[in-house]
Amino acid sequence: MVRIKTIRSSRRNFDSRGKLVVVEGIDGSGKSTQIRLLEKWLISKGMRVFLTEWNSSELVKEITTKGKKKGRLTPTTFSLLHATDFADRYERNIFPLVHAGYIVLADRYVYTAYARDIVRGCDPKWVRQVYEFAIKPNITFYFGVPVDVASERILAGRPKLKYYEAGMDLNLSNDPYESYRIFQSRIIDQYESMAQSEGFVTIDGTSGIEEQQYLVRKKIMETIPECKSVRPLVKAQVL
Amino acid sequence: MSDPQQLRVMLERTIESYGKGIPYLENTGVKGRLIVIEGPDASGRSTQVAMLTSKLEADGHAVLNTGLRRSELISEGILEAKRNFVLGKRTLSLFYAADFADQLENKIIPALRSGYIVLADRYIYTLMSRDAVRGISTRWSHNLFGFAMKPHLVFYLEVDPNELVHRVFQKNSSLDYYESGADLGLSDNMFESFLIYQGLLAKQFRKLQKRYGLVPINGNRSIIEINKDLQKKIDDFLKN
Repeated sequence: MVRIKTIRSSRRNFDSRGKLVVVEGIDGSGKSTQIRLLEKWLISKGMRVFLTEWNSSELVKEITTKGKKKGRLTPTTFSLLHATDFADRYERNIFPLVHAGYIVLADRYVYTAYARDIVRGCDPKWVRQVYEFAIKPNITFYFGVPVDVASERILAGRPKLKYYEAGMDLNLSNDPYESYRIFQSRIIDQYESMAQSEGFVTIDGTSGIEEQQYLVRKKIMETIPECKSVRPLVKAQVL
Repeated sequence: MSDPQQLRVMLERTIESYGKGIPYLENTGVKGRLIVIEGPDASGRSTQVAMLTSKLEADGHAVLNTGLRRSELISEGILEAKRNFVLGKRTLSLFYAADFADQLENKIIPALRSGYIVLADRYIYTLMSRDAVRGISTRWSHNLFGFAMKPHLVFYLEVDPNELVHRVFQKNSSLDYYESGADLGLSDNMFESFLIYQGLLAKQFRKLQKRYGLVPINGNRSIIEINKDLQKKIDDFLKN
């Protein structure tokens, strides 16, 4: 049994055997690829695993989609809809499953909200307070990539960027691609400014997929001793 | 008073928020006024709002009515979600907050900027009381609604729960599941649950009353009497 802490306060601790593992990074940083490989590995070892993705709750999806189409989502409403989506997944899955001993893998967590909402113009302290009910992850991997590399990955074979995806609501540039780059680099700035205080484990997202996965699994073994029974990847495979 | 320019400047007020406001709306000036009527279900709020609206319009004011769960974008989603899913308390709380934010920014503030009197049939206080009764910390709610604009005037219709229950029966001939707090498991008797729940809400409202300066209105009186009282208070406020 390990004491689990909420994001902002250690007062409401509870005992739990489960773990919460988070991946963060901008679109195209490779984090989703990495968390899926991690999931496969943990399942192959017989662990109880649950994967949850940002903005995936059925509840809110339709509204967000509709609002985006109409282009009438203000930063505050946008932020609160994402918080609603998060709370639904949190109350339904994340909290009870971690409590029950699962390894919960989250493809984006509260840090995504911190970064995006602040870039969109919400008050930094307000955003953090909204999410303060959430438990603190056991590990947060941050996949760092230069904005050029990430954009290239995202834009390859994509004819058009969506309005909000490109951050067009911020009036950064009339060119969606230029706007996208500025928007993403501001998000990187936000991630980097919290990396240390939030204790991110930074992974170089430009290195090879296997190499990154090796580091991820190694770190997981340190944090979750139950995983030690199986070797992560043969080192020779990586080199 | 002879200089219309001066009159306009005097009337304009900057938006104030309860906590961390909306940074991109800082220093927004409004010419209109935001007046809120709070009170439990069947306390006569809607009737009063309708009467006040007619009177204010007759006096030459442009009036906009608003209320909770009325955003075009989100209100349907909340209703559908309540039908199809069991929602956690935090989820529901944030859902209502999103609905409120959408109305505040796309409806209330634009109307106030163009000089409307906005009459709100309930505001954040109802949401905060409901959440508090369901175990959400007051501190969190207070922070959450830190973006909300401070109304210029807030009334709270106080009605004795024993009187309230009869009004509900007159209106609907049955008690509403959520308005009776049936989701809280307070009692297996719906009538008793209603009384306990409304008592708990009233207690939360009394706390909010002090903190947010809600003006209590005795709602146990007749519609006409309550209306006279409200109308006078609003007239006095608008004169100053």
